[in-house]
Amino acid sequence: MTRPVLSVQNLSVQFNGERTVNAVCDLSFDLAAGEALALLGESGSGKSVTLRTLLRLHNPRRTRISGHIEVAGQKVLELDGRDLQRYRGGVVSMVFQEAGSAFDPVYTVGQQIAEFVRAHEPVDAAAARARALEMLERVQIPQAKRRLDAYPHELSGGMRQRAMIALALACRPQLLLADEPTTALDATVQIQILLLLRELQRETGMAVIFVTHDIGAAVEVADRVAVMYAGRIVEDREVGALMAAPGHPYSAGLLAATVGAEHRGQPLTTIAGAPPDLASASPGCAFAPRCTQASARCDEQQPPLVRSGLEALACWHPVNLETAVDRCLPSEKPHAR
Amino acid sequence: MSADPVLSLASPDKGGPAQPLLSVTGLRKHFALPGGWLKRHAAKVRAVDDVSFTVAKGETLGVVGESGCGKSTTARLIARLIEPDAGEILFDGEAIGEQSGLALKDFRRSLQMVFQDSYASLNPRMPTAEAVAYGPQVHGMSALAARQRAHELLDRVGLAPSVFAQRYPHELSGGQRQRVNIARALAFEPRLLLLDESVAALDKSVQAQVLNLLQELKAERQLTYLFISHDLHVVHYLADRVMVMYLGIVVETGPVEALYRAPRHPYTKALLSAVPSLDPARRTQKSPLSGDPPNPINPPSGCRFRDRCPRAEARCASEVPQLRQTTPGHWAACHFDDRVA
Repeated sequence: MTRPVLSVQNLSVQFNGERTVNAVCDLSFDLAAGEALALLGESGSGKSVTLRTLLRLHNPRRTRISGHIEVAGQKVLELDGRDLQRYRGGVVSMVFQEAGSAFDPVYTVGQQIAEFVRAHEPVDAAAARARALEMLERVQIPQAKRRLDAYPHELSGGMRQRAMIALALACRPQLLLADEPTTALDATVQIQILLLLRELQRETGMAVIFVTHDIGAAVEVADRVAVMYAGRIVEDREVGALMAAPGHPYSAGLLAATVGAEHRGQPLTTIAGAPPDLASASPGCAFAPRCTQASARCDEQQPPLVRSGLEALACWHPVNLETAVDRCLPSEKPHAR
Repeated sequence: MSADPVLSLASPDKGGPAQPLLSVTGLRKHFALPGGWLKRHAAKVRAVDDVSFTVAKGETLGVVGESGCGKSTTARLIARLIEPDAGEILFDGEAIGEQSGLALKDFRRSLQMVFQDSYASLNPRMPTAEAVAYGPQVHGMSALAARQRAHELLDRVGLAPSVFAQRYPHELSGGQRQRVNIARALAFEPRLLLLDESVAALDKSVQAQVLNLLQELKAERQLTYLFISHDLHVVHYLADRVMVMYLGIVVETGPVEALYRAPRHPYTKALLSAVPSLDPARRTQKSPLSGDPPNPINPPSGCRFRDRCPRAEARCASEVPQLRQTTPGHWAACHFDDRVA
């Protein structure tokens, strides 16, 4: 494998306020050029915090960040001033969930894309506008010339999301961060946006991190899925392998709890309990209180994320043992709770 | 539990199992938009346009469609949260709010709603037990009895009263808050529950818990559900019959298995194939529909789906297709239904 576009090592993010919240703990992963990674998890699992940290969007006065992030050779956590501005949007760009609130309502879509281009590249107004038009055509907005002078509220939800993707890609970033880009959209529009993202990624060769809570959406776009729980990656595998035989009990539970036609007439498999409170960290595995496999060891020791080849897993008692990284000691039988 | 005379069933079963619990005919609601010369030609949002359907006793009717198709407006019209422009709603054979029929107050006790936003639908200053007990108390139950019932119901939905009865909404997780909403809806011993995207905002693992709870409660209390959702997986799992809406009208309705296996309306087909497959080897290659749902202010003439429909012909622009029954219980509104089938 060539040098990764993105390399995250031991990243921890802590918010200080009334309470101290450990939003992300000891996160490590790499991303190669042209690769699409989905960060899958429930609300509060730290997936959006991770993305925002990659762009340094958190208020520095209330956030403690430790670890290393390297994007295309730049040390992101050390960037400052002009360098940081150039980095945001130039090297790494982001698509947000609410395209409606991400655009400025008093400027046209064309003006905003052109402004963005001129902030990063030494081009004149006409060239920037031409680039904006080219981008709108690229994301398949019908009548792009007319939409260039449209205000964000004049566009439908799907169209706004396309315009936002056009904006994000206008300066040819090497890494695109997409934070639940289709969650607010209808199913027929969602699939259009997912297909568009897949196509643009193939054309431009950029790397993509796609944050979602929807397994279906992750399967449509990602090569690799990293499952997050309570601020940590618990499993990181190629999408097909994960769908076929999830190794972490949480991934397995998440897949089983996903409603399908075959479940009709029978109760759904559920994960008991609710996600943990990130302000009160336990020394052991955060999933242990909800886990059917948990043993005494899980309450005491945090299972490390162990990588072997293309897979990574953080669990003392993985399920689907024949395929997963086998680390369950025979002497240590999981006891039921 | 219904020994309390004040809250015995507001409307006991009258017509027997053959009579539908809810029967809606020609329901219509147009919202006027501000504007127009002296407001004479103000544009109208045709949110619900001549919708008719029935819900049998003990059945779950799933209502699906994209945003703006009128599914939530339909639910609000049924609950009389907004007044319909036209149409008739019969509850177990009785008209509502008319002289000989069921009083609106009694009707509201027989029908309860659970909304999507679990936080917005609870009073932030009321502990959960009080929120559940409040309704019955307003309807004349003694405070003590209402409180006792609230504790029973909280226990039933999986929130131990000793822990949760005195908690405020902000001290609960989303799933727990939605359980409180369900308990509150059940406090009136309703016969019909309108579930408007009730599980949409929940995380997957919690969503499954709430869906199981809904299934158990339904069997236990002979409830009837009108389940509104944009999630086709959830509807497939829960519903007995499905109604598909598009721009304020019903385009197809039928038994869940038949409708998912062999959809008759091109819109239903597109909707079903837009669902991600969960199989990386069989990713969606082509989007089934292009563009967004059109604006309900100015729906296309004839068939409202025609401008996104892959099979539209001249006839679709001039003639409005009517709902026709092709196999028993399976209705669709498409000119080409015979050929599609």
